[in-house]
Amino acid sequence: MNAPVEIQSFISFAALLRDNGFFVASDQIIGFLKSIRLLGPRNIEDIRRAAIALFTIPKDREPQFDELFRAHFLGMEITLPETFDEEKDFEAHEDRGQEPELLEAEESEESGQAATELETLRHRELIDLSDLHLQRFKRLAPQRLPKRSSCRFVTSRRGNSLDARKTLRAAMRLDGEMINLVLKSRKLQPRKIVLMIDVSGSMKEGTDATMRFAHSLVSLAERAEVFSLGTRLTRITSALRIKNTELSLQRVGAIVSDIDGGTRIGEGLQAFLNMPRFVGLARGAIVVIISDGLERGDPEMMINGLQRLSLIAWHLSWLTPLAQNDGFVPETSALSASMPYIDDLGNGSSASDIADAFLNLRTSA
Amino acid sequence: MSVRSEIVGIRSPDELRHALEGAQYLASEELATAAYLALALQKPLLLEGVPGVGKTEAAKSIGAVLARSVIRLQCYEGIDASAALYEWNFPRQMLAIRQAGDQYVNIYADSFLLKRPLLESLLEPLNNLLLIDEIDRSDHEFEAFLLEYLSDFSISIPETGTIHSYEHPVVVLTSNRTRELHEALRRRCVYHWIDYPTPEIEARIVMTRASSVAHETARAVVESVNRMRAEPLTKPPGVSETVEWAEAATLLASQGNSWPRAFRRAIGVALKDQDDFAYLESRFDSLLPSEAA
Repeated sequence: MNAPVEIQSFISFAALLRDNGFFVASDQIIGFLKSIRLLGPRNIEDIRRAAIALFTIPKDREPQFDELFRAHFLGMEITLPETFDEEKDFEAHEDRGQEPELLEAEESEESGQAATELETLRHRELIDLSDLHLQRFKRLAPQRLPKRSSCRFVTSRRGNSLDARKTLRAAMRLDGEMINLVLKSRKLQPRKIVLMIDVSGSMKEGTDATMRFAHSLVSLAERAEVFSLGTRLTRITSALRIKNTELSLQRVGAIVSDIDGGTRIGEGLQAFLNMPRFVGLARGAIVVIISDGLERGDPEMMINGLQRLSLIAWHLSWLTPLAQNDGFVPETSALSASMPYIDDLGNGSSASDIADAFLNLRTSA
Repeated sequence: MSVRSEIVGIRSPDELRHALEGAQYLASEELATAAYLALALQKPLLLEGVPGVGKTEAAKSIGAVLARSVIRLQCYEGIDASAALYEWNFPRQMLAIRQAGDQYVNIYADSFLLKRPLLESLLEPLNNLLLIDEIDRSDHEFEAFLLEYLSDFSISIPETGTIHSYEHPVVVLTSNRTRELHEALRRRCVYHWIDYPTPEIEARIVMTRASSVAHETARAVVESVNRMRAEPLTKPPGVSETVEWAEAATLLASQGNSWPRAFRRAIGVALKDQDDFAYLESRFDSLLPSEAA
């Protein structure tokens, strides 16, 4: 059954919002239609207000929303920022467990149509390095990686509050005689971790060691997710889950096709944020980005991406190999403008520095 | 989801705006529209905005317009069901068991139940307005828990049974947007971002709230506060700071201080962060109001 003509335009507007990265549920559309009816509507402004209220458009996305609104209802041309033209080129990639050969076939085809001067797709073997610091990291990580207290309580002998419910239950079994006080404390849970690794050419020297670190992080922390960030965003967690280090790194090398290429961090972050599933991974998580911040793309996209990310994440860290000495001040405009959104800027010059940064997250957070 | 086009005689956003004005709250048209839609569609109203723009005040004023008392649930990190829903009064239960001796005693009677805000609002949905304040401070788990409450409006207590609400309570949520709320929660709400009021409206707010302040003083203070908000401050002055600053300066001026001096001396009411103070101090001459006849 088709909807009446007069409301079709409203429904297609909701679809347009959805296509542009807004979250729109069907009960919101119903609410939107009811609202329009309630308001009259007396003018176009009523429709706009109803849409903002019911589709819960946050203030910082209002300009984008207005653009779409004007285009749809007033027939104006869409002059959206380049984000949307390029979005189709810039997809989030994920290893779905196919064989590397299959992936390669797909990649080469794609590289033919979408290669830019920055995008040099190649696969590189990730070589072995001594890993003393990794052993240290593995030893200390279970203790030192940040935890959060969950809403649940567990019975604990050294708990800090009285579990009155259990104490009462225990007393009732003894005819109301209170003999044991049951104590409880909040259950601790490891925080989610999202690690984004810049694999561009300028980071070339550190990439191997960083990947090795990422491998041990994934094996230690069950809620860790790793993405590679170059000219595209690739989720490499599942490849890193393979126990055998060499096999796992080989696999990573095969999936990450933009290794040693250019850097478009802003687009990578936007691709991440436009994927509700990925956003869920970052919610309340520790997000660590390892990159030198030498952004080739639009700095605005990177700044905006970091701003949105900082609202979702519990803690946002940026580790850069350029910060070898204390008192490092970012020089690129994109990174220095993003400073208000980054919780701490650390040293990412070697894998042991990165490991230390992770071990000290709790004290810096 | 049922629709009520009329709420206590209010049939349009404009009428709600006038009613709010009667309750001494000057709402923008957008806020009145969102609030009206929330009441009409019986959905929770989600108000977001930077601290000090009057989110909580808006909720209280809506409560006043509807002639309902406001039940406030202040969120914080680690808030859980026992602080939000209900808790058994264990010491009293214990005493009851001891006192009863061999007699039967129902320790799960209503008198042993400590009602927390969510349960309270559910029991008398027509007489109150539930304000869930600063939801962004709570954990994700609590948000998920709230989601359940806001979609069903029922609470189950294992010992006694499930309590349903015969009518959807009016719910207002506020958030300072220190973090983004989950989409699932947002989509159930009617949303409005409260901005700082326009200078004209803010001057009117100052005069409504602080009757001793003269029109010129209010205008001058609002102008100055807006200049400060344009600076990168840790804690930009909110609307209540504007009101208090105008009031404090008026008081000091009435005691014989010159106007510029009165504004300068009362600045602590508006700027509440030492770093902000140090940052602006050298430019106070151009930032602070010089004259307010």
